[in-house]
Order: sequence, then structure tokens, then C-alpha cells
Amino acid sequence: MIALVDCDSFYASCERIFRPDLAHKPVVVLSNNDGCVIARSKEAKALDINMGVPWFKVKKRYLAKGGVVFSSNFTLYGDISRRVMAVLKMMSPRTEIYSIDEAFLELSGISKHIGCEKMGITIKSTINKWTKIPVRIGIGPTKTLAKVASYQIKKYNLPSRVLVLNDKHSIEKALKETPIIKVWGVGSRLAKRLAVENVETAWDLSRLPPEYIKQKFSVVLERTLRELNGEQCLEIEDIQPTKKQIMVSRSFAHKVNDLSTLHAIINDFVARAAEKLRSEQQKCSSVSVFIRNSYFRKEEYEYGFNNFILPYPSDDTRDFLKVVNKMLPLMYKSNVQYSKAGVMLSSFSDSSTVQDVVFPELHQKCNSALMKTMDKLNYYGYPVYLASQNAGRFNPIQRKMVSPKYTTNWNDLPLVR
Amino acid sequence: MKLKYLGTMLTDDYPPFEIPYFQDMVAAGFPSPASDFMENPIDLNQYLVKNGVATFLFRVSGTSMIEALIDDGSLLLVDCSMQAIHNSIVVAKIHGDLVCRRLCLRPKYCLIAENKEYQPIYLDPDMEFEIMGVVTAVIHQFA
Repeated sequence: MIALVDCDSFYASCERIFRPDLAHKPVVVLSNNDGCVIARSKEAKALDINMGVPWFKVKKRYLAKGGVVFSSNFTLYGDISRRVMAVLKMMSPRTEIYSIDEAFLELSGISKHIGCEKMGITIKSTINKWTKIPVRIGIGPTKTLAKVASYQIKKYNLPSRVLVLNDKHSIEKALKETPIIKVWGVGSRLAKRLAVENVETAWDLSRLPPEYIKQKFSVVLERTLRELNGEQCLEIEDIQPTKKQIMVSRSFAHKVNDLSTLHAIINDFVARAAEKLRSEQQKCSSVSVFIRNSYFRKEEYEYGFNNFILPYPSDDTRDFLKVVNKMLPLMYKSNVQYSKAGVMLSSFSDSSTVQDVVFPELHQKCNSALMKTMDKLNYYGYPVYLASQNAGRFNPIQRKMVSPKYTTNWNDLPLVR
Repeated sequence: MKLKYLGTMLTDDYPPFEIPYFQDMVAAGFPSPASDFMENPIDLNQYLVKNGVATFLFRVSGTSMIEALIDDGSLLLVDCSMQAIHNSIVVAKIHGDLVCRRLCLRPKYCLIAENKEYQPIYLDPDMEFEIMGVVTAVIHQFA
């Protein structure tokens, strides 16, 4: 049996750990730069604050109802997530961290003796006691069915927060109540194509012949179908696959129109992305940049994108800056008020297995000691920059309502009276 | 270029000669007489923290617990995995506040301050109250 442990309104729950005064108040958390709502406590959901809604659209109404708002504090969420995942790893020999607030657990073996439901309740109460994060736990014979169980808990707001789908009858009932769009791996586009086939619920999909789905749709959907019927196709991946790409993108605090400011901001993104790349011990050979204006304004939507393939895989910030600074002027339009930009590094190769270049003199002196030193200085809080970087002159990140770093900063420890 | 086959060489006649290879460098000076007796340095985390994932740090504000040697500005280590019992010093959420008090289960459930100027807080069932964790240590820095 497989359990899916899912933290309830994770970011909002993190904000509440050290703030007992927020226990029953609506809490929302905004995306980087305070753009959109990315997490809502159940009280905020009850005020019809939708996921992903731009903050400026609901701000007035929400605050008037006494709602509390936070900018995102990923330092805190990351540390709490680390604690939750560590507890889960103590409770099962096989766990797969699926996202910052979800993990799959192998229960077979452990649960044989005490039963899945009891095991689920033990996990739930341990996480809650140790980390103060409320979780729900869906349990089923496959990952996809564990997801269905988790959806059922959410939909019916089951007070036990644990649901086991293990017999034919309970699985059939749950599948009939699960709209196809809520099935793991089915997006809105796929749901529309399935609607043509009269597939509206998970049950409808599970009744179709797998070969037909494989032919007409994909192997992936065929696997989903088999999993809905209790046939395990997806294993718990307890070894983390290496990342395939790194993206750094932000909305700006203010609109940006001139090229030199845009330049500085994007160079900052490049530096951050390259730093992440080095921390993963990877090199990459593809660099992409995008710049755009706001969706929500009256002017025409402008989107610029460009991609460059390096002749050799690199992890040197200066290599990336060189190509980015060549691409940027080609995309820039002087009449556009830019509000968001991003940099993506992809086509990775492990830095220890990269071949040497044939003509090293063509290649910038691969000075990895310099990059290592820069990363170290930045890590220990002595920021150093390359000259073209933004270097704090223009901070694109707006996070006005960020909470303290309660668990990672000596100056931010929670106070007790 | 022409190649000529001369026959097969028998390697078995010459068994490999193994030369031991040490990866560590050899120091030319006198070896440290302590090297065989080295132990890990004393680690305060190991001493103070039993269960790291469930331990949170708090800073004390005020003197409500002064007689339990918990002063204004002290650092508290709070283990949320431990079960609070009668007389445990705990961090609790009450009336929307975080407080540090001694938990008393007899004769009545209450939170007691270690300072005569503070009144005990009596706990009744319909009160919103939660014990966050048990205070396992206090650190007060003098210099």
C-alpha cells in the first residue's frame, strides 16, 4: 500500500506555527514579489479567495474582512518542509519527496501488523505534534489511488484526515466521485479531449480498454488508467532524480523600461541561476531568457524569448552573462513597460563527467576557484557581485509583508513571555 | 606497414608483482603521538538536542520564570516530540500568546509562573490551549 502525505495549506500553516493569534483567522501567502495568492488557509478559502488570483484584485475585500496576508518566506517553508520530510523518513523505509509539501510513502510491511488506517493516523499525529503542520493522508494500492484518496479527504473535509481505499467497493465509490480533472496527471487540455470520449470521472476512464487509451492518447494515460484499477505502474522513487533545468524568474516591483536597468536585473537572475547550477554540481549548455509586460494591463501583451546553445557545457556565470547580454538587446523594445523576466538554464551534464574542450584557449579560462569563492562568500552573508549585476542598486523583489525567519536566523527567534 | 604474427606470449610465467600503494602522504617529521588517540571535539548539539527535527528555539522576553533560572533574553530549547508531564516546563499557546510556564496537573490543571508577581493561569476544558513542547534546556549567555 502507498500513502500520499499532503500538508494542508502548507505555507499558511507554516506562518501559523509561531503565531497562535492567527489560529482561526484567514491567512494568505503571496508569490514572490507579492503578485498573486499562492496559499490560503481554509478560512481564506471560505472568503472566496481563489488560488492564483492577483493580489491587487482581492486586497481590499480581503483585508476588510480581517484577513491576514504574508509575503512568501521560503526560508521558513523550506526549513519546516525539511523537518516534515525527515519525520516521514523515520516512519517508512521508502519515501519519495514529491514537492515541498507532499510525499509518497511505502506502507507495505509496516502496516501489515497494525493496519493502514492506524499507521496513517500515527503518521498524521506525529507530524502534527513534532512539526505543528496539519496533514492529510490518502492511502491506496497505487500512487494514483492514494492521490484520489487525498482528494476525497479534501473534498469531504474528513475530520480524521486519513482515508484508506483498499476494497473494490470503496475504490469504485471514490472514482465515481472524482472528476477526471482531479486525477493525478490529467490537465485541463487532456480533460477536454477526454470529455469528447464521454469521460467525466475517474471511474469512466478506468472502464475504458487500456490498449485503446494507449493508442488514442498516450502511454502515460494508459498507466494512469491501470493505476486507477489498482495495478501498480509507478514506483516510489526514493532516489531523487537530478534536476533537468533551473529557472529564475520574478515580477518586478516597478515597471522597467530602460535597457540598462533590465540588463542589471537579468544579470542578477543569471548569477542566481548559475549559483544554483553549481550547487547541483551540474554544467549546462543551453541558456534562455524571456522578458514580458503585464497580462493585467491595458497595453498589448509583449513577450520576448531567446535561447542560446553554448559550444561547451559550463557552470561559469561569466559564460552565461556573455550570451545573455548578446540576446537581450535583440528582444528589447523601447516602448514596452516590462514587468517580469526570467532566465532558464537547461541541457545539463554532470560537471565531473564533462569532456575537456579541444581548444581550451577559445574557452574562457575555466576559473572554477573564482566561482567557488564567490558562492562561499555569498553563502556566508558577504555578498559579492560581478560588475554588471544589479548589486542591490535596484531590488526587483518586493516582499513587504514577510514574516521572520523563525527557525534559521538567531535574530528572528520567536519570543515567549 | 606490414604486420607479422610472432606468436602468443605466456603471461602466466610472470606472475604480477604487487607493490603496495599508500594514498596518504607521509610526513617527514616526527608523527604526532596523539594521532591514535584523537576523538571528535565536544559537540553541544549532541549534548543539548535529542530530536533535532522536533526541536525549536525560542527567546525569552520577561522574567515570569526567573526562579527556574530562566531570565529575560535566555534561549530555550523546546522539544515538541516529548510528552509534557506534571511539573514539566513547557511552551504553550494560550489566548493567542506564546508563554513559558510550569505545567501542573495536580490538584488542578494550571500553568504556573516561577515569579511571585505572576498569577497562575487555570486551564478549563473550553479554553483554547495547546502545549507546543517541553523546555529541555535553557541557555543564558553572560559574555
